[in-house]
Amino acid sequence: MESTSLIERILRGIAITVVILFFMFPIFWIFLMSLQTNETILRVPPSMVFEPSLQNYRALITGQLETQTGTLEIRFMGNLFNSFFLSTTSVAIGLLLGVPAAYAFARLKFRGSEDIAFTLLSFRFAPPLLVLLPLTIYFQQIGLANTYGGLIWVYQLIVLPLILWIVRGYFEDIPADVEYAYRIAGHDFWATFRKIALPLAGPGIAAAGLLAFIFAWNNFIFALVLASADKQPVTVGALAFITASGIQYGQIAAGIILSIAPTFALALYAQRYLVEGLSLGAVKG
Amino acid sequence: MSLALNNIVKRFKTETVLNDVSLTVETGETLVLFGPSGAGKTVLLRLIAGVIEPDAGQILIHGKDMDGVEPEDRGIGMAFQNFALFPHMDASANIAAPLTARRMGQGAISDTVGKVAKMLKIDHVLHHKPKELSNGQKQRTALARALAGAPSILLLDDPLRNVDAKLRFEMRLELPRLLKDQQATVIYVTQDYKEAMALGDRIAVMSGHGIQQIGTPQDIYLNPANIDIARLFGDPVINLLDVTPEADGAGVVVSVSGQPLRLDAGYADAVGQDCVIGIRPESLRFVSKGTKGAIPVTIETEAPLNEKTVTLALTKNGREIMISRPAGEIAPSSGDAYVAADTSQVYLFDRKTGARVEHSSAENKKKGAA
Repeated sequence: MESTSLIERILRGIAITVVILFFMFPIFWIFLMSLQTNETILRVPPSMVFEPSLQNYRALITGQLETQTGTLEIRFMGNLFNSFFLSTTSVAIGLLLGVPAAYAFARLKFRGSEDIAFTLLSFRFAPPLLVLLPLTIYFQQIGLANTYGGLIWVYQLIVLPLILWIVRGYFEDIPADVEYAYRIAGHDFWATFRKIALPLAGPGIAAAGLLAFIFAWNNFIFALVLASADKQPVTVGALAFITASGIQYGQIAAGIILSIAPTFALALYAQRYLVEGLSLGAVKG
Repeated sequence: MSLALNNIVKRFKTETVLNDVSLTVETGETLVLFGPSGAGKTVLLRLIAGVIEPDAGQILIHGKDMDGVEPEDRGIGMAFQNFALFPHMDASANIAAPLTARRMGQGAISDTVGKVAKMLKIDHVLHHKPKELSNGQKQRTALARALAGAPSILLLDDPLRNVDAKLRFEMRLELPRLLKDQQATVIYVTQDYKEAMALGDRIAVMSGHGIQQIGTPQDIYLNPANIDIARLFGDPVINLLDVTPEADGAGVVVSVSGQPLRLDAGYADAVGQDCVIGIRPESLRFVSKGTKGAIPVTIETEAPLNEKTVTLALTKNGREIMISRPAGEIAPSSGDAYVAADTSQVYLFDRKTGARVEHSSAENKKKGAA
């Protein structure tokens, strides 16, 4: 980077601070809320001075929610497991189906390939609510409503187009000659796919998988409509904190902190791959 | 015969790249495909390799029809112009690719890789990834990979294109021996006529969707089928002058810069046609004033090129011609001078079509003319 003047550096520092404050303050505030009781949260005016307590987290982990009217059973840890299970399985299946499909769309220009690829992308155009009503009726008729299988299937609407279109670009970036060279050396189509195309598109596949995981994890509407309590992920499970005796802000905040922790950790860990994968394109020969 | 192409046609969308191309290559022969870019040389190689399919025609390898045979089952080796190394594998894994395909043992693989690498002088960089290799090393690695499987047919797509001049010169000396040692049938693509002359047992000159002429390097040089081939082969470039042959009592005469140049009587058919005469710079020599048929010229400049000296001169009509002589031969280097042409070594071309005008006695020698 070229040398910058002192004023420029100061201004840049201020700008970055403002941006960080703007984006991080809500998360920071929620973190503070998660350590407080409902009484201190609802104080007017709000204050940053309070006695921190872990009782919200304790309530979530033990599943015993204490309210003025008595003890309430909640299944937050179950929700967390559901989120984890649904997202991981959906992404795994999405990769299993999407990566070979992306390769086909990138390399084999068959009749109607563009149309099919576009149709798959178009799943993302319509608001999910549009398909939910018919889907609910079908699912109830064929017995898929409120099953993990049904949810994972519907989650493919989120993850499959994403994986397909990101990974396809990476396959297209691999010079065809590199693959031809491997074929001519005597390896068949599948060996070439596994030994050349997959490793070279690796960063792209990782980036697509991570993004798909985050999208799946954050999904709310499909699970809200298609799953009942025991299959619900955290995004829907958090609704349980709106109880008859009031909204449990402290537990909601603790729930949010717990539910963003995995994606946050994953994103931090994979930051390098994400940035590399999304900006660079595949390795050039 | 190890390779035969019969009436190959290849189109991309509406554009015809190869139109009715036929070619046979003998076992152990090195055939050079020579021509300007866009002539379809690389397309032809890819058709042989099987990575693209012809729209019509037949490809036979060792007499077997290759229609529907996958690239991995054709038993060929290929080096790409852009090297096409596997970026995520080190040089040794790259070279080993044809061997791992045959499920050879680890020991046998590393023995063979070591031997090929040593022959190409890259044994010290076997553990480097392609991006850590210099261009020359990449090129040698690509060549080693093509050779490692000891294929019976070797396709080399302009392998010296992307390397520097020094390395290209070295490889041009090294390659013929290397290719002979392999005892493989080699098809070598190049745009460099010196490479074509140095490496080819035969040269197939390609342009305009097909093969214009096939022959030994000497044959192509001495009997170019058309004006383009005459221009492509030879350094310095052949002198081309517009002429109209005339008949006189004794035979056929053209006028070059006002001086009559007597041609072979076999060119009688060309009398009165618009023609171009081609005179190789080495067929011209300086003569003293008054020699019969001497063309007066004014010397512009002289360039010594190692083994020969090339003189650029202007004729009285202001046309540039080049005269080449072996270095060390004494000749005027400035001012006015006279040159004479060896009329047994001149070519006549049709000005409109560019085709060689054959003289009637040479008709039976005609080979592969378009």
